[in-house]
Amino acid sequence: MCARLATKRFLEIRQILLQSPQPSRSLSTALNYHIDSPDNSPDTPWEFSAGNKGRVKEILSHYPSNYKQSAIIPLLDLAQQQHGGWLPVSAMNAVAKVVQVAPIRIYEVATFYSMFNRTKVGKYHLLVCGTTPCMIRGSREIEEALLKHLGVKRNEVTKDGLFSVGEMECMGCCVNAPMITVADYSKGSEGYTYNYYEDITPKRVVEIVEMLRRGEAPPVGTQNPKRIRSGPEGGNTTLLSEPKPPPCRDLDA
Amino acid sequence: MTRCIQCTRCVRFASEVAGVQDLGMLGRGSGEEIGTYVEKLMTSELSGNVIDICPVGALTSKPFAFKARNWELKGTETIDVTDAVGSNIRIDSRGLEVMRIIPRLNEDINEEWISDKTRFCYDGLKRQRLNDPMIRGPDGRFKSVSWRDALAIVAEVALQVKPEEIVGVAGRLSDAESMIALKDFLNRMGSNNVWCEGNGVRPNADLRSGYLLNSSISGLEKADVFLLVGTQPRIEAPMVNARIHKTVRANHAEVGYIGPPTDFNYNCKNLGTGPQTLLEIAEGRHPFCSALLAAKNPAIIVGAGLFERKDKDSILSVVNSIAKLGNVVRPDWNGLNFLLLHAAQAASLDLGLVPESDNSIESAKFLYLMGADDVELDELPSDAFVVYQGHHGDRSVYRANVILPASAFSEKEGTYENTEGCSQQTLPAVPTVGDARDDWKIIRALSEVAGVCLPYDNLSGIRSRISVVAPNLLRVDEREPALIHTDLKPDCQQKLSTEPFSSAVDNFYMTDSITRASKIMAQCSASLLSKK
Ligand code: FES
Repeated sequence: MCARLATKRFLEIRQILLQSPQPSRSLSTALNYHIDSPDNSPDTPWEFSAGNKGRVKEILSHYPSNYKQSAIIPLLDLAQQQHGGWLPVSAMNAVAKVVQVAPIRIYEVATFYSMFNRTKVGKYHLLVCGTTPCMIRGSREIEEALLKHLGVKRNEVTKDGLFSVGEMECMGCCVNAPMITVADYSKGSEGYTYNYYEDITPKRVVEIVEMLRRGEAPPVGTQNPKRIRSGPEGGNTTLLSEPKPPPCRDLDA
Repeated sequence: MTRCIQCTRCVRFASEVAGVQDLGMLGRGSGEEIGTYVEKLMTSELSGNVIDICPVGALTSKPFAFKARNWELKGTETIDVTDAVGSNIRIDSRGLEVMRIIPRLNEDINEEWISDKTRFCYDGLKRQRLNDPMIRGPDGRFKSVSWRDALAIVAEVALQVKPEEIVGVAGRLSDAESMIALKDFLNRMGSNNVWCEGNGVRPNADLRSGYLLNSSISGLEKADVFLLVGTQPRIEAPMVNARIHKTVRANHAEVGYIGPPTDFNYNCKNLGTGPQTLLEIAEGRHPFCSALLAAKNPAIIVGAGLFERKDKDSILSVVNSIAKLGNVVRPDWNGLNFLLLHAAQAASLDLGLVPESDNSIESAKFLYLMGADDVELDELPSDAFVVYQGHHGDRSVYRANVILPASAFSEKEGTYENTEGCSQQTLPAVPTVGDARDDWKIIRALSEVAGVCLPYDNLSGIRSRISVVAPNLLRVDEREPALIHTDLKPDCQQKLSTEPFSSAVDNFYMTDSITRASKIMAQCSASLLSKK
C-alpha cells in the first residue's frame, strides 16, 4: 500500500518535472553529438567558396605555420557565415583539413562556443540578451513578444526560413538594456552584419522584425529617440559646464 | 546518467598513448560530455585501457561489467601469450571461470597497458574446449576414450612408422617445458623433425641476436630513427608499437616502413613494399639513407613474418648490410631487431627446435601437433596419422586422428620467452576443463607408453633439463640479451625475389586458437576491421 502510494507520488513529481521548462538550459543550438540528416552528414562535400579561400589564407597568415590550429575559431566563423549561419559536420571537417588537426578537435571547439550554431538558423538570427541587467529591464517580455509574433519556439526557424530566435549572455550593452542582436546571414559572408538594437520595447522589436522582413535596414543602436548613443534620456543632466580642474596644492607656497 | 567527472584522462590516453584522435570533450559547463561527436568506434587496439584509467568507473569493460564483484575474484599474476610481447597480466577468476584480464605494471615490457586482444580474448577460454581424449572412428566421427586407450593407440602408431617419418610441430602458444619434452620425446623416437610454427624453414637458431628484439622493448625509446622491414607492429605487437609511438612523440623520431599499405598511428614514411626498396637503402641510393646515417641510435625492426619467405636469407643479409652501413650494431647500442609474432617462438629457438629436413611434412607418416593450428597440412600424405594435442577444437582438429586435451595458458605453469629475450612464467589461475592435462605431462606419459620414458616427472625435473639446453629460460623476469653479435653468416648467394612483403597477421583480433574461439574477438573483427 505504502509502496503504491510512493510510486504514485513519484510519478506525480516526475510529471511536474517533465512539464517544467528544461531544467538545465543549454545555450548552444544543438546536442553534443551529431545526428545524420539529409542536409547535415559527413558525406556531403563542403568547401570554402572561391572568394573565401583568399580569406582563409589571410586568416592563416596571422599565425605561425606550426600553430595552424590557432585559426580554428576565425575559420569556423567564416564557414558559418558562408553556410547561412550554421555549421554542418562537413564544414567542420573542411576546417579540420585546413588547419591539419583531427576533426574531433574542431568538434570540441564548435560545441564549446554557443555562437557556433550546429543546427539551421534563420537568415536573420535574433539573439535576445538574457543576462541580469537586460532581464531586469524586461528582456523576457522582449523574447515573448518576438516568439509570439514569429510563431516559433526558441531556436526554431520560421517556416519561410527568415527568422530564428536565440538567447545570448551579456553583450556589453547593459547601459542601453534591454537589447537584441541581429546576425544577418542573408547576404552570405560578404554582406554579413552583426548589429545591436538597444533600448527596445516589445512593440519596437516587432517593428524591427517587420522592417527586416521588408529588406529595410532599421537604424542600429539605441531605439529610444530621446537618447544619443548611451547618453542619458533627454540630454545631459549633469556635467553641463566645463569641469572644474581638480584642486591643486600651491607648490610654491 | 553518467559518473563521468570530465577528467579527460580517456581523451588524453586516446591521443597521447593510443595515438588515435577519436575522443573529445564536447559541450561546456554542466552540459560537458566525453564523446566522439559523430557516431563511430574508438578504432584503437589499446582502447580497453581507458577502463583502467577511468577514475570513477564511468567507462566499464562491456564483457565484465556487473558480472562479478571485485572481492569475489581471485587474482593470479601471470603472462599473456596472445603475442610475442609477453605482457604482464592479472587473471581475475571466480571459481572455474576467468572473469577478466587486467594489466600489471612492467615498465620494461608493457608499461601499464595491454592490448584489446589480451584483455578481451578470455571468453575464448570457455568455448570450443577439448575436454576428453578422443579417437576418430572408421566413420570419421570422434569417440571419447580413456587416456590409457588414447596413449596406447598413439604409441602403437608411433612405433610402427620409420623414425624419420615422425614429425612434431609445436604451436604458437606452447610453453618451453612442453617444447623441450616434445623435442626429447621425438629425439628418443629417433626423429629430429620438430619445430615451432612461425619460424619457417631452416630458422636461424644459432645466434640469439638473430631472432630477438636486441635493443629491448624499453630500449627502443632511445632510438631516433626506425626502419620497419616487413613488420606492422600495430597489429603484430601493439605494446611494441605503443613504445615506438611514445618515442616518436617524445623525440620526433623518424619512422620508415617497407611493406604492404597499413595503418600507423604516428608519422611514418612508406618507403616501398618489397625487397627492392631494401636493396636501394643498402646500396645508399634511397633518400631514407641520409636519415639513417645521421641518426645517433638507428633501430631496424625486422618482422618475423619474413622468416616464412623463400628468400629470407638474402633479405637478412641485405638487412645486415644496411645495419653495417648505418652503424646500427655497436658495443653501446644494438639496433638490429627482430619482432617475433608468437609467444612460443623465442623459447623454441632457444631450445633448438629446428627441423632436420625442410619438407618433412610431405613424407610424414606420424604427425604430432602440439597446439599447432596454422601448419600447412595440404602436403601431408593422406595416410598420415595425426595426433592433435591442444586445448581448442580449432583448425587442425579437422585432420586429427587422435585428440589429446591439454590445458590452456591460464591453467598451467609454464615458461615463455618474449620477443626481447625475457623469460617469464605463467601461473594457473583456474583449473583445467574436463580431463585435460598439462602439455608436458601428456608427452611424458606418452613416452612411457611408447617405451622411451623421459627422465623427468615433475616441473623441477623438466626445468633442470631446460637448464642444460637454455639456462636463460630459467632466469625468470630477467632479460637475457644476446651476447655476441657477429656476422658469422657467409654472404648469401640466394636470389632476392621482387615479390613485395605481405602482412604477417591478417586479423589482429584472431591469431590463435583461443582468440579464434572468442566471441568478443569475432565481434571486434566484424565491427572494426570490416571498414577497411
Ligand atoms: S545584460 Fe544585456 S547587454 Fe549586458
